Amino acid sequence: MSRRRIGLALAAASFAWGLAASVAHATDISFWTWRQEDKAAYNELFADFTKANPDIHVKFESFPDENYPTIVSTALAAGKGGDVIHTHAYGWLEQFVKAGYFEPQDMTSVPSLANQPADALVAGTYRADKKVYSLPFASQTLGLFINKDVFAKAGLTPPTTWDEFISVSKALKEKGIYPLANGMGTSWFNEMFVAIFTNPFLGQDFVSDLTSGKTTFKDQRYVAALGKLLELRDYMPDGFEGIDYETAGQLFISGKAAMLAGGSFDIATYRTQNPAINMDFVAPPMAKAGDTPQVTKFFDGGYAVNAKSANKEAALKLVNWMGTKEFGDKFSALLGNISPIKGVVIKDELLAHVAKLNETAMPHINVVYFRFEKPTGSELLQGDITKMMSGSITPDQLAADLTNGLAKWYKPFQGK
Amino acid sequence: MNNGWRHTAKAFRWRRSLWIASLLTPALVVMVLFVLWPLLSAFRLAFYEFNGLQPTGFVGFENFRKVLFETPYSDWTYNALKHNIIAFAALMVFENGTAFLLAYALLKALPGHRIHQVIVFLPVVLSAVIVGFLWKLFLHPLFGLVNQTLALVGIGAIPWLGNESTALGSILFANIWHWLGFPTLVLLAGMQRVSKEVIEAARLDGAGDYVLMTRIIWPLIAPSVTIVTILTFIGSFNWFEIPYVMAGLTGSPGGATDVLGLYFYRTAFGSTTTGIQDFGQGSALAVMMFIIVAGVTAIALRYLRRREIEL
Repeated sequence: MSRRRIGLALAAASFAWGLAASVAHATDISFWTWRQEDKAAYNELFADFTKANPDIHVKFESFPDENYPTIVSTALAAGKGGDVIHTHAYGWLEQFVKAGYFEPQDMTSVPSLANQPADALVAGTYRADKKVYSLPFASQTLGLFINKDVFAKAGLTPPTTWDEFISVSKALKEKGIYPLANGMGTSWFNEMFVAIFTNPFLGQDFVSDLTSGKTTFKDQRYVAALGKLLELRDYMPDGFEGIDYETAGQLFISGKAAMLAGGSFDIATYRTQNPAINMDFVAPPMAKAGDTPQVTKFFDGGYAVNAKSANKEAALKLVNWMGTKEFGDKFSALLGNISPIKGVVIKDELLAHVAKLNETAMPHINVVYFRFEKPTGSELLQGDITKMMSGSITPDQLAADLTNGLAKWYKPFQGK
Repeated sequence: MNNGWRHTAKAFRWRRSLWIASLLTPALVVMVLFVLWPLLSAFRLAFYEFNGLQPTGFVGFENFRKVLFETPYSDWTYNALKHNIIAFAALMVFENGTAFLLAYALLKALPGHRIHQVIVFLPVVLSAVIVGFLWKLFLHPLFGLVNQTLALVGIGAIPWLGNESTALGSILFANIWHWLGFPTLVLLAGMQRVSKEVIEAARLDGAGDYVLMTRIIWPLIAPSVTIVTILTFIGSFNWFEIPYVMAGLTGSPGGATDVLGLYFYRTAFGSTTTGIQDFGQGSALAVMMFIIVAGVTAIALRYLRRREIEL
């Protein structure tokens, strides 16, 4: 073999070795989520991350929403699963943390935690050790969608108080328009429906009394607020008991209904489904004029790091980046969600208005405080609310069922 | 010579055993891995408490006590069990009753019976998810085919799946529509096996359709009725897909369509909107379902087989 050939072979070998080394040094991590519909946006965000961190590539992997808890828990139990896991908040997160599946996050591993407001961090914190396990990603706001064109055509003004709501609804009904699009056909949304319309009657004092153990759901303030829901039945579509949240959304965006109790998470969806829609998102009717407008707010979930991840360092790096203003700005712009990160600029006018409403928001009581043990407040409320709306149980019975069920594990309710 | 023959016979037996073992092993491995092991795991987990998603300690029959005797779990268990029993009774009367009449009509080979046989069996080949979704659309309060038709005669919107008094019935109706062809086919096959001479003799003795059906056909198709009854029972107590698609994981409205299958799934695996997963209580429910289905099936089989001989 000539010297020249040996030289060429050595050069080729060094090139191949170098190439292999560079491939070996790139870290591939996966991001698991239930948000299939957000794939394009996340891939765009992850491309930005890789641009700043060329040695880390992120793969987006999504699973069906309904089966997500099962898929994630099974994978994590087997020591597998994504490196970064999209989690729900509060009680949902806690069961995974108890099992030791997630890595704690602190100011050393995830410095961007400093960008999160305190109420957001609660959503990703394990109550027992007060450590954060999931970096909050978005707040969701529950309120009232208004179809402005329908109101304009009917010559009416959107209501701000309960009395106005009833009188406006009567007028809309007389004109052959469904005043309120909602039905009772979707269990998970029924719980939100209750929060939307009862919270303005309950106020922050009730929440303080409830969480400090001074009162229970049997409190007359809660029973009276539930009673108000019964008045809504006359203004919901015919056969409302069987109308699901998707149908309600269609009635609203098609202009058949003037109002819809819903979540800010659907703003982007409704705009996609009907780009011509002229809508507003406002606080639900206040108990009386002069009260503070009160939407309902909760944190949807966060980003956790798999404790068994082989690429923990890269995963924490990604999570830390997901807590930066750079990520938050683009996240809000692409997904129409409100990022809790401090200083995030929300350019969309309606979304900025929702963020403003959040300043005086009430918490989603069941989700924030009563989903930690079995039976959860959600199970109990979702089971009873359809019965109450169809008249087979009274608000008093619902309040008693909720209190007695929660008393199984929530000590302040025991014996009350 | 004798030794050589014995040696060959032994080698042959050995090879034959090896051959049989090689054929049985894959099926056995699959059965052990995917049937026996999960079953035994469920039995084991039913006796453990879970804190979060990990078993934290042996608790004996505590999970069974909770789902059977502690409110609200016991209320949910009995409510779901009641609906399974209603489903079994309703399917026996309406599905299998109709199937018997249809099978008899098909047996008579009236004009067009072949196309009717296909039509009756057609929904069986559809997936339960498709059937559930289809009927959910048909029963939609505002846009559904059923209410649109009723509106023509002045009947207002009925929330079939949203009303506690109509929801279970509506789901059962969809289930009957889906499965009617199966018992019809089994019973028809049974009827076709009845000797023509017996039927002709009965006719000559002046038996009409009613007498023929109740006194001749019915007793002679007892083995087919046994199969249909047992399968209906198993199907009723493992019922999941159609209630899940049409009424959701919570058996809405207000648990009016909850069945043990849904309650088990919800308890063991939780749901995004209600929160907690509890494999311990879920496994206890699964074990109970297994005992009900296996136990009642064994007893019913014994009883029905004896009845077959008596008839």
